[in-house]
Amino acid sequence: MAGRARSAGAVTARSGARGFSTPSPREVVLRYALLVLALFVTIGPFLWQLSTSLKGAAEDVYTTTPSFLPAEPTLDNYARAFEAVPILGFAGNSVVVAAIVVTGNVVGATLAGYALARLRFRGARLVLGALLLTLLLPGEATIVAQYLTIRQLGLADTLVGVALPGAIGMLNVLLMRTAFAALPKELDEAAIVDGANAWQRLWHVGVPNVLGMMAVVAIFAFIGAWDDFLWPLIVLTTPEKFTLTVGLEYLSGTFTNNPRVVAAGTMIAFVPIVVFFAALQRYFFRGVDEGAIKG
Amino acid sequence: MTARTTSGAARTHAWFTPWVLVAPALVFLVAFNLWPAANVVFLAFTNVRVLSGGELVGLANFERMLTDDQLVTALVNSIVYMLVCVPFLLLVPLGLAVLVEKKLPGISFFRTAFYTPVVASAVVVALIWGWLLDDRGVVNAMALRLGFVTEAIPFLTDRWLVLLSAISLTVWKGLGYYMVIYLSALGGVPRELHEAAAVDGASALRRFWSVTVPGVRNTMLLVSVMIIVSALRVFAELYILTDGTGGVGGADVSVVMLIQMYARGFSGNLGYASALSLLLFAVTLAPLLLIARMNRGRA
Repeated sequence: MAGRARSAGAVTARSGARGFSTPSPREVVLRYALLVLALFVTIGPFLWQLSTSLKGAAEDVYTTTPSFLPAEPTLDNYARAFEAVPILGFAGNSVVVAAIVVTGNVVGATLAGYALARLRFRGARLVLGALLLTLLLPGEATIVAQYLTIRQLGLADTLVGVALPGAIGMLNVLLMRTAFAALPKELDEAAIVDGANAWQRLWHVGVPNVLGMMAVVAIFAFIGAWDDFLWPLIVLTTPEKFTLTVGLEYLSGTFTNNPRVVAAGTMIAFVPIVVFFAALQRYFFRGVDEGAIKG
Repeated sequence: MTARTTSGAARTHAWFTPWVLVAPALVFLVAFNLWPAANVVFLAFTNVRVLSGGELVGLANFERMLTDDQLVTALVNSIVYMLVCVPFLLLVPLGLAVLVEKKLPGISFFRTAFYTPVVASAVVVALIWGWLLDDRGVVNAMALRLGFVTEAIPFLTDRWLVLLSAISLTVWKGLGYYMVIYLSALGGVPRELHEAAAVDGASALRRFWSVTVPGVRNTMLLVSVMIIVSALRVFAELYILTDGTGGVGGADVSVVMLIQMYARGFSGNLGYASALSLLLFAVTLAPLLLIARMNRGRA
């Protein structure tokens, strides 16, 4: 954990310097006031949706004097959403897609990133150049050809077809390469003297030192797969195979006149990703502090 | 285990080991990045449909673009999107980053909370905003009750208001994303500059403009490219807010929505959709090249 230890040292040094200019009480109050205002703006809409999803059929959601707290909180709307569309099935489909994408990216990007950063071989620069080139291609611009490929592979209207094109993202390979390249050379040299081959060095020396970046890759891969809409919308045609985002659109089409049920549906899609992110935000923001996220 | 038997420091692995490691990524690079990119260029000169093959039609798809009124509408929408998004997403997230940079108690809660809209799916947030901005939603309810308006504001049915609603949704969803990028960059701004300015009696707002902003100039360039590129790619927000119709009379379509519309269904016109994709790529590339040039000019 050399990298982590180093950055912890840097943080202490910096906050030590900061103690020099401790914020005045007035500044602290102003900062918190602004933070709460921003919190209201960013979280307010989600809370309003949550509140709507808990309001009973008897409560008028269209009144010009809406109340934030539901008069009689109920889970009826969730039950109705479950009855109307196979929302658990949609969630299951999203989990399948996300699992394939996360596994593919963590494994594929780690292997390739290691080879590109730590092993010398002919053609490495060519591979790297091609990887960088793909960053210029917005996914939307190749989506039509992507769809034809998936069709020709016989994967149209399947979950594998949804997951496959994103199962190893080239940006993630580059991120892992950067993480491996940042490790000191001596680590490898010591292992080589001990007679470790490339695979052993990857597993015992490389991987334990880049867990932070692997977490960032996993987080982004999961969020990307869970939230994607355009691609599954194009690939999937059978409602039973819909992922949550496509299923939600379907649900909102069915319940145009009942915002409570649509709200319940959005909460079912929203809560898992928030829990997932909240649980892993430590790793994410540590990655930010280490400069992992540069856009 | 050839590491020690071979001579020289470079030879620490068999020649094929790196290729085995790179192989999965390489397959994906070719199959799902390079090949589709090449194929979309080819398809743009054909009239291929989903189920039936097609034939080469020369420049017909591009000629069709010239007379496609909906494409003009989509491009106008994209430009408006870009022009409104850039200033807001360039400055507000920087302010937020300055706000959450100082390690006050509870700051990691605020950081995570501000990032929540980024984590949520565009579909989820568009459905939430669709309900907020509904004719009978809470925003109109408040506006009516407080007497700002006498009848509901048609956020989701007026040609320009739909676009503005989608733009504000994009800005709101992007705040946390760019905040984190700025947060990463703020660490590089020398603390002494702030302290010196504070000693000179500069106000917080003044310090923001004359120390923070110049300090993250390079990041702002990068961020502006990202905002422009993402504004050109907008899809889910407009699709959901207009129920997949592109608004009244299709006046609020985006380029990506057009691609989706033409690629959709078994009779989808993949040739024309591909030609539109090439246009999207060209339009996206322009700001990237511009920024690359500005960077080189300074180096």
